[in-house]
Amino acid sequence: VSATAWSANAVPAGSGHARAAWLGAALLALGVLGLLLGASVGSTGLGSVFQARHDPVAWQIVWDIRLPRTLGAWLAGALLGLAGAVAQGLFRNPLADPYLLGSASGAALAMALAFAVLGVSGLVAGGSGAALAQAASPWLARLGLTGAAFVGALAGVLLTLVLAQGVQQTMRLLLAGVVVGYVLGAVRDLVQLAQPDVLQAMQGFTLGITGFIGWGACGVMAAMLAPLLLAAWLLARVLDALTLGEATAQSLGLPLAPLRALLIAVLALATGTAVAQTGLIGFVGLVAPHLVRGLARSTHGPLLVLSALAGGLLLMAADIAARVLIAPQELPVGVLTAVLGGVYLLWLMKRR
Amino acid sequence: MRRLWFMLLALLLAGAAQAYEIRDDTGFVTTFDTPPARVVSVLPSLTETVCALGACARLVGVDRYSNWPPEVKKLPQLGGGLDPNVEAIAALRPDVVLTATSSRAGVRLRALGLKVVQLEPKSGADMRRVVTTLGRLLQVGGAEQLLRGIEAGVQAAAQALPPAARGQRVYFEVSPAPHAAGRASFIGELLDALGLVNIIGPEQGPFPRINPEGVARAAPDFIMASRNSLAEMARRPGWSNLPALREGHVCAFDGDERDIMVRPGPRMAEAARLIARCVAGQLAPGAKAGGAGGGGKP
Repeated sequence: VSATAWSANAVPAGSGHARAAWLGAALLALGVLGLLLGASVGSTGLGSVFQARHDPVAWQIVWDIRLPRTLGAWLAGALLGLAGAVAQGLFRNPLADPYLLGSASGAALAMALAFAVLGVSGLVAGGSGAALAQAASPWLARLGLTGAAFVGALAGVLLTLVLAQGVQQTMRLLLAGVVVGYVLGAVRDLVQLAQPDVLQAMQGFTLGITGFIGWGACGVMAAMLAPLLLAAWLLARVLDALTLGEATAQSLGLPLAPLRALLIAVLALATGTAVAQTGLIGFVGLVAPHLVRGLARSTHGPLLVLSALAGGLLLMAADIAARVLIAPQELPVGVLTAVLGGVYLLWLMKRR
Repeated sequence: MRRLWFMLLALLLAGAAQAYEIRDDTGFVTTFDTPPARVVSVLPSLTETVCALGACARLVGVDRYSNWPPEVKKLPQLGGGLDPNVEAIAALRPDVVLTATSSRAGVRLRALGLKVVQLEPKSGADMRRVVTTLGRLLQVGGAEQLLRGIEAGVQAAAQALPPAARGQRVYFEVSPAPHAAGRASFIGELLDALGLVNIIGPEQGPFPRINPEGVARAAPDFIMASRNSLAEMARRPGWSNLPALREGHVCAFDGDERDIMVRPGPRMAEAARLIARCVAGQLAPGAKAGGAGGGGKP
């Protein structure tokens, strides 16, 4: 792995960067195209777009349902793609994915606990008390659910860090992540066994659904994505150095421990934000960096940004496909990404 | 001029008198100015209740699991209760959307300006409350009558049982995990109403996951489950000798019958009749013994 990375670094900066820039422009253009396509497909078909100017319901369908869910799918995919690229760079492992450090199991457990403690009905209404439900706008209710998942994802990663006794040893981190994944998963199973109602409510979360994303959720994800992308860009040199091996990176004089902690923070925040809004969507974070590496070799700076763009495009395409394939019915998007991602990885494997 | 003001005031008052509020099971209060004419239901038991209240014609869309009464199968299907198709629902311009309290879609639909009433019929008491709430929501009169009819139907089913059926101990399996129907569940209440005894204790909650050993030890007089589960029950360790299985004291329910059993809705009396008919049939002198299945339909 390090040899190829080294050769990638050795590529004259001009051609590699030009190619990455082209790829970025292409991914962005496709994203815009996807947004337009996403606004025009759905269970009511293309008709809604033409009627949108004089029919308030058609306008609502295009502007308040299709556009935010398409853009939201892109944003969630971008967060996952970024997290996947950070994870693969950090662990120097092509199979690393955003859920590696216990964020998925943490988020899922937090959701299950929230459902169980507050009661399925209470939480959906935005709090345990009817009075609170009254005071709370739908916005706050949404925040209650997504907030729990977000906090859970971060708590899962923190637990992994505690078990691994810091961020220093890659192998320890990986193992601790596996342990946390299994243990928190088992606790979630216990919660669901005790309250079968929770199991039902959880199903929507573990399948991954993009259909409920509104403008508010888009705003939250965009507000997270922008600073995280910037931070990742600034930290990309650490990942470049790490490809040469930890000893070499150390010898370059980089303060590895704090920088690594920062990268893990980026990973955790990006994953947590996406998971909180859409549930557990698999494979996007794993596949996006591979897709980018297959198309343009570059250093980690462009790779991270391109992975975000590719992840966004992937999930957006999956969201559109989920609406089109069995229209007017809809597939859960998580099922689709798993199938698409699996086929792509298989193809990648055969090609090598 | 003064007269105009009076007229306006009268109009306002009339409007205010007609408007009514519905508090749903999550405590959310929704105000309706007129009775909803276009109703979407994404929970089968709510679909059934709306129809039983005589408002089936007001339904404009249902979830993919709603299958009774048969005419709702012709309506547009709007996804499942957990993953409803938001766009398809909005496109129908419903006056009200009925969902389960566990559905996350409620928040999203309300954000789009739709009126959402979230109800969760789980027990018999819930069912009665839901029927009353829906009657008020739809502004139809038949709620009391419907409840009395259900009550009378359950009582009739109980009285149709032979005296020997009283106190028969029953194990009702809802899924082969195995999850049992506890006493707190809707099915458990039905068994109670029929004078049967659930082998699952009241402390175990509505749908406990049980230890198969416990059933073997309790040796229930009757076993009720779906046809598929019953077929493989004798293969479970220690279950082959269960008296109920050996003597064929089993009630096997097919898919449609199971829907009736597990949905706390207006077909509660029918569920009671199905159970009663099976138990009475098995206990009748000269009843065919030894065969699994054949319980639900005599």
